Amino acid sequence: MSLLQSLTTRDRVFDFMAPQASPVDVRHGPILYMEDVSVSFDGFKAINNLNLTIDDGELRCIIGPNGAGKTTMMDIITGKTRPNEGSVWFGSRHNLLQMNEPDIASLGIGRKFQKPTVFEALSVFENLELAMAADKRIFPTLTARMTGEIKDRIDEVLGTIGLIELRFQPAGILSHGQKQWLEIGMLLMQRPRLLLVDEPVAGMTEQEMERTAELLTGLAGKQSVVVVEHDMGFVRSIARKVTVLHQGSVLAEGSMDQVASDPSVVEVYLGADDEEAA
Amino acid sequence: MSLTTESSTNFWLTRPFSERSTQIFLSVLLAALALVTILHVAVPPDNPLHVGAYTVNLFGKYLSYALLAVAVDLVWGYLGILSLGHGAFFAIGGYAMGMYLMRQIGERGTYGHPVLPDFMVFLNWDSLPWYWLGFDMAWFAFAMVLIAPGLLALVFGFLAFRSRVTGVYLSIITQALTFALMLAFFRNEMGFGGNNGLTDFRELLGYNLRSNDTRLGLFIATGVALALGYILCRAIVTSKLGRVCVATRDAEARTRFIGYRVERFQLFVFVVSAMLAGLAGALYVPQVGIINPSEFSPIFSIEIVLWVALGGRATLYGAVIGAILVNYAKTIFTGVMPDAWLFALGAMFVLVTVFLPKGVAGLFRYLKRKTRDDHPPKEATA
Amino acid sequence: MRRFLSLGLLCLLLFSVTVTAQAQTSATVEADDAAALELLEALDVRSYPAKGEAIIAILQSDDERARDWLQSLLDGRLQRTDDGRFVVVLENRGRDWPVADALTGEPLGDMSRRDLDRIGINNALRNQLRSAIAVVDLYSPDVERRRTSATRLLGEVDEELAAPLSELIAEEEDAQVKRRLTQALAIYQVESGELEGVETLRGSLHPRVRVALNRAANGDDPIIADAANEALISIEQNLKINRGLETLYFGLSLGSVLVLAAIGLAITFGVMGVINMAHGELIMLGAYTTWAMQQLLPGQPGLALILSIPAGFMVAALAGVAIERSVIQFLKGRPLETLLATFGISLILQQLVRTGISPLNRTVITPEWMSGSLVVNDALSLTLNRMYVLGFALVVFAGLMLIMRRTRLGLEVRAVTQNRAMARSMGIRATRVDIMTFALGSGVAGLAGVALSQLTNVGPNLGQNYIIDSFMVVVFGGVGNLWGTLVAGLSLGVINQVLEPWAGAVLAKIIVLVFIILFIQKRPRGLFPQKGRAAEG
Repeated sequence: MSLLQSLTTRDRVFDFMAPQASPVDVRHGPILYMEDVSVSFDGFKAINNLNLTIDDGELRCIIGPNGAGKTTMMDIITGKTRPNEGSVWFGSRHNLLQMNEPDIASLGIGRKFQKPTVFEALSVFENLELAMAADKRIFPTLTARMTGEIKDRIDEVLGTIGLIELRFQPAGILSHGQKQWLEIGMLLMQRPRLLLVDEPVAGMTEQEMERTAELLTGLAGKQSVVVVEHDMGFVRSIARKVTVLHQGSVLAEGSMDQVASDPSVVEVYLGADDEEAA
Repeated sequence: MSLTTESSTNFWLTRPFSERSTQIFLSVLLAALALVTILHVAVPPDNPLHVGAYTVNLFGKYLSYALLAVAVDLVWGYLGILSLGHGAFFAIGGYAMGMYLMRQIGERGTYGHPVLPDFMVFLNWDSLPWYWLGFDMAWFAFAMVLIAPGLLALVFGFLAFRSRVTGVYLSIITQALTFALMLAFFRNEMGFGGNNGLTDFRELLGYNLRSNDTRLGLFIATGVALALGYILCRAIVTSKLGRVCVATRDAEARTRFIGYRVERFQLFVFVVSAMLAGLAGALYVPQVGIINPSEFSPIFSIEIVLWVALGGRATLYGAVIGAILVNYAKTIFTGVMPDAWLFALGAMFVLVTVFLPKGVAGLFRYLKRKTRDDHPPKEATA
Repeated sequence: MRRFLSLGLLCLLLFSVTVTAQAQTSATVEADDAAALELLEALDVRSYPAKGEAIIAILQSDDERARDWLQSLLDGRLQRTDDGRFVVVLENRGRDWPVADALTGEPLGDMSRRDLDRIGINNALRNQLRSAIAVVDLYSPDVERRRTSATRLLGEVDEELAAPLSELIAEEEDAQVKRRLTQALAIYQVESGELEGVETLRGSLHPRVRVALNRAANGDDPIIADAANEALISIEQNLKINRGLETLYFGLSLGSVLVLAAIGLAITFGVMGVINMAHGELIMLGAYTTWAMQQLLPGQPGLALILSIPAGFMVAALAGVAIERSVIQFLKGRPLETLLATFGISLILQQLVRTGISPLNRTVITPEWMSGSLVVNDALSLTLNRMYVLGFALVVFAGLMLIMRRTRLGLEVRAVTQNRAMARSMGIRATRVDIMTFALGSGVAGLAGVALSQLTNVGPNLGQNYIIDSFMVVVFGGVGNLWGTLVAGLSLGVINQVLEPWAGAVLAKIIVLVFIILFIQKRPRGLFPQKGRAAEG
């Protein structure tokens, strides 16, 4: 009985005693490496032999029509969904398929969801406090003190995302765009090595979009950023390299112009949505 | 309301003392304890203001229920786990205390056996089952009051939270848990007195349980335990861990993605809550003089949830108010018109959930906001 | 005692032949009442052996009222009045009993029980009387009576009876009586050391046959002992199979009850996501509808039961709609609050029944055609009411499946549960669908109540006993999956019954509960989980 087994396996029960995850090893190139990944739900192949590599410090945009598998791909990287086959490596040392969500998060992979999810009952300040890179085990969390250093760091991020005045308001009263930024702010507090951002500008005004573009491009270099986005204008404004997903695998990869002129890409997008094809 | 920056103290256990709500709560509680004590001891029995031993005992029972309600509010209000099985932890704590009290009877039982409780002699057992060993020692029994429910919560919670059983599913299996335990404790073979449970207690730590002074002492002890339990829970919910709990309650997946091992936080709080419930049970048993399997009944567990809902979820003091209000009403009703009590209880369930989702405490805060329209206080949603 | 009895049987056989002859030539014998009175007087003595003699005397007399006297004596209804008359008590309930004259059969009206003296018998006499009546009955024209008496003779045959028994077997027309008599004779043969008897007994499952074989297996004759042993082993195996079948039957029966109780919940909880803790009370309402219907139609329990099926459905469905409209609709998307509110409703409903009707259990009559059992063989008989309930559960399940799969309502329900906004925009009136679905789920709970009224006590706590089990079944089977509910219900029923013999009823239930608790923690989505994106929500 595997239930008993997991009870008796020492490293499952006592894995809070295990050493903290060692830093990511990127000496051999990419920070994220996905090879031949496939996953299916009830026979439907959401991801089909996907191969993708993200270099350290890169800003990558991923586009593709609905159902291309963008969200599922993020689920796999963050440990929410287990693929049926394939391998996913973070740097050259960490096999993500053997880790769970909190482990992956503390390793330095941050994720922003398509639908902004912040902790609505908590204040903006507290949202950032929780997200901050810290010892996230139980007792350190219980006895955690608020120091000046932490306050400064939170204030710094609050400045970056422009929510200084709203710091003690419950996150629930923020506007849609503000929630998106708060979520990005929470990602920043985690000091991730790799940021996964799902549709960051959905429902934003032009101005807000510009600000978000600035934010994301500012991050690249220090961190690797993967952006999934529908809005082609936005993608064009930030992207250096674009990957097109279609039916769960990579259809094309290259600069925005290269990709836009690829006949197979045009075919996939043709008639799908005028705005997206623009 | 949890303040992060303005706290005058930064040590987690003393943090609640700087909160206004805790200050008020503790003052009211201590004042009530003092008042009852004075009215019982100093006022002569023929004076209408005198509080009799029976009433003191009744208040003591209410206070132990209040502690139980605080324990339930900790998991339901802040962690979003609706436990319909907290009566089980309460009862187990009560049984641990009951076993100690049984062993204290010694040779004074009906059958006069030096070691075996009456019901075991009646069942023709010739020795104590192993799990009864040690309960003649007060320190061991009192430790088990916390350890036994804590251990059950640890095993059950470990399995449940690890497999991410939450929401309604968790509620249903906690209910099944207490139901299964009830059936088990009804069996004579379990060695806990079966149907009749444990009763006929004589003394606790050498004090005669039938004397008025002991009753007063138990009442005060329960009040102190409630105060301490309240402070502990407040300390937990105002800590960063408390905020992780609220985060888990409102967006569990998000909490995982920012790096918290949600299941361990849930487990920790669940175990703390179970131990508090066990403590409440242990204080309850010597005051009512009996513990039997009916405390495991699913209806009792769900009633506790009503106390919390009526008082106001995620406030802790609301749980105390709710527990006292409902049980006071129960005392009145069952005395005056017993048939109507279940109607009233049922109606309370419906009315509170439909019309008063934030309970009495929510009503307080609403009225306060209306009169003093300051900053909008933040409240638990859903 | 045995010799004492066989003496009686010998005499009896001589007599019986004449009795049957007389019965055919009609009752021309002018009953000598004085002689009959003498026979009865002989019974009213202290000494039991003397009473035994008197019984033999009655048998030897060719009085055609002998059987009635003996039966009354056996039942303790043959009594004597203060003035010395012998009477038969017709009904011994209450203070005054209606009696009839033992000699003439004339009713004598009511008599105070204080004026009557019973003619006492002991266990030895009871056995003697039963055997005697059995032999008398072997000549009865009534087949049922002959069957009962033939079964009664198993292990009671002795030397004197053996010879005429062979003749009787040859003349007997009913196969069952014939088989029984053959077995009875075979037991005698085994006892008297004839090997062929063992052969005859090999296929029988009757406990008395086993007793006889056991005795033979421990007897002195090694050949017979070996044969008996061998026969016993094959009987044991046969019994084991039958016991297995019986457990399976009881398991399926319990399972069908679980399915019935849970299937309505599978609709309201599984499909709509509404936690209705008052579901058990809807079952209770169905059961009370049956009771009320039988009160309305006294003397016609069968018709009342059949009418209760639509009535129970309607009553529970209306109650369900009332609950949905008054409470549940205001708590959409707040499952835990719904749970609490509906629990409150369940308390109110229970108390309503308690104060409105009675806190005590009500008696619901089982109609003639549902009582009794289907006898498969000596070791296996299936009670009819359970079989009906099992069939009913399957019919209800099939009906629900049809509704969900094949009707417009089913389609709309599925549409609304998958995407409420989209369904509305396509012109589906979501509120109406909610009401209909809830009515359907509640109505099925009512049907469960109608069925349960035939198996358990109908009281205010009826529903409460089933609510946890029902939730367990739905969760174990996989929420939102009707097939899962069926499989889960039946298998939990069978598991429970399999565990019961060695664990006891309560422990079996605890084991099942713990098993489900652990199972849910291993597979939170049940046996048949919904997969893919929809399940993540």
